[in-house]
Amino acid sequence: MPAIVVDHLAKHFSTVKALDDISFSVGKAELFGFIGPDGSGKTTLFRILTTLIVPDMGTATVNGLDVVKDYRKIRKDIGYMPGRFSLYADLSVEENLNFYATVFGTTVAENYELIRDIYSQIEPFKKRKAGKLSGGMKQKLALSCALIHKPSVLILDEPTTGVDAVSRLEFWEMLKRLKNNGITIVVATPYMDEASLCDRVALIQDGKLMAISTPSEVIKTYPWSLFSVKADDIFTLLNDLKSFPGVHTVFAFGQAAHVSFKERNMDEKLLSEYLLGKGHSGIKISPAEANIEDCFMELMIKT
Amino acid sequence: MYNPQAENIIIVKDLVKKFGSFYANDHLSFEVKKGEIFGFLGANGAGKTTAIKILCGLSYPTSGKLNVGGFDIYKEREKIKRNIGYMSQKFSLYDDLTVFENIRFYAGIYGLRRKEIEERAASLMQKLDMKEARDKLIRSIPLGWKQKLAFSVAIIHNPKIVFLDEPTGGVDPVTRRQFWDMIFEASSEGITVFVTTHYMDEAEYCDRVSIMVDGRIAALDTPDNLKKHYGAGSMNEVFLKLARVKVE
Repeated sequence: MPAIVVDHLAKHFSTVKALDDISFSVGKAELFGFIGPDGSGKTTLFRILTTLIVPDMGTATVNGLDVVKDYRKIRKDIGYMPGRFSLYADLSVEENLNFYATVFGTTVAENYELIRDIYSQIEPFKKRKAGKLSGGMKQKLALSCALIHKPSVLILDEPTTGVDAVSRLEFWEMLKRLKNNGITIVVATPYMDEASLCDRVALIQDGKLMAISTPSEVIKTYPWSLFSVKADDIFTLLNDLKSFPGVHTVFAFGQAAHVSFKERNMDEKLLSEYLLGKGHSGIKISPAEANIEDCFMELMIKT
Repeated sequence: MYNPQAENIIIVKDLVKKFGSFYANDHLSFEVKKGEIFGFLGANGAGKTTAIKILCGLSYPTSGKLNVGGFDIYKEREKIKRNIGYMSQKFSLYDDLTVFENIRFYAGIYGLRRKEIEERAASLMQKLDMKEARDKLIRSIPLGWKQKLAFSVAIIHNPKIVFLDEPTGGVDPVTRRQFWDMIFEASSEGITVFVTTHYMDEAEYCDRVSIMVDGRIAALDTPDNLKKHYGAGSMNEVFLKLARVKVE
């Protein structure tokens, strides 16, 4: 039985269709990622799955339980980390954790094993008020609180937004360990490198699912021919590339630009001469493999 | 654009900021050149926001010599504020004012005249492609729009320096790039950009990058030189090498 089944789900707020007829399922112990821009419907979906709001149409189940009828039972089975830091800022680290354990009728001691890896990193600061923690520590505390009642499904809404690269790496290592313990994880992220760490990803925009696939399958569907172009002055390079005949998209990727052509047989020499003519120096052009960010941006601009 | 011969627009010498016995900034020293895009990186809690608040004249250092835009941080804070722009992680637009009212408010604070404000607002709406949103409440417009608007408002008075504290957190990859187009444009017009980010591909767009670890500057150079020095293929690797040490 899949851990989550969503069937023709819809939700609107006044005239805005936040979720527009979406269907998908998530397997047990799957690490399932949602990527999509702000306002695409991720948070609405997560709130329905966590039984905080009810859908207008369609159904959703978690562990076979209906999100509307069986909401009380579901709440015992899921751990939820909302996008906004929602712990008590004026309680200490330890007090927050005890509070969440008590609310769910358990104790920290009983489930300590599950959170040990994560919690041990913030335990030296357990007397500190949660509001005084750094971003990375807040997120570790929030994850500990979401796990303390031993849920079988974890729902994480942009847990790493505003978090530094080191803490992000550690956070994803923890998610992998939790997955290996059999926990199903649904996670939303704006970081494309994180999307590629998921078993499957769903791309969502304007309340619609645009694609659901493994990261490697998503990459295979990239339709155009792609080049990586470098020059000394990246800002003028980006602008000049945009006006080169036949160019489909131009996006900066670190110190290079990714340029796509719908035409298969793009002449690199022609582009090189064009850039020289515009006064560029240090020009390097090479064919590039699309990554998940290229694919996502292609899907975004298509709609 | 980084030009080693350009004048120093920010000079920081032995900046110390203590909270009790904790050193948030532990003897920072660096200079920022006029017109450059300066990346100010560091892990959460490394002391970036503390330093930015001091540079913006919002808080006093415990000790150290600092000059921002030609003004002394102790004696000329009001002059500094008039010559800089600032955009925080939680952009400071007013949710319950409209797009236009926010522009009018900030432009008014910086002393622009009514006629100038009307003109700037109109050209901004045009440039940001937000004409139909002019009279919408900030709370109702998408995050990406808010960010672009917050940046435009932060430089509406043509400051010498703009400070951007994690301006791109949480937005989609297309909007993030459009935002950087705006940064490049401001920089090409001579505005010095001082920016923090957790996206390491954005670190590569900076002319120079400093990386703070535990209140100190652990490295400062161009992205190319940093990558060479640490034998890394990307700024992400450089960052992990420097910032991960303290965790283990």
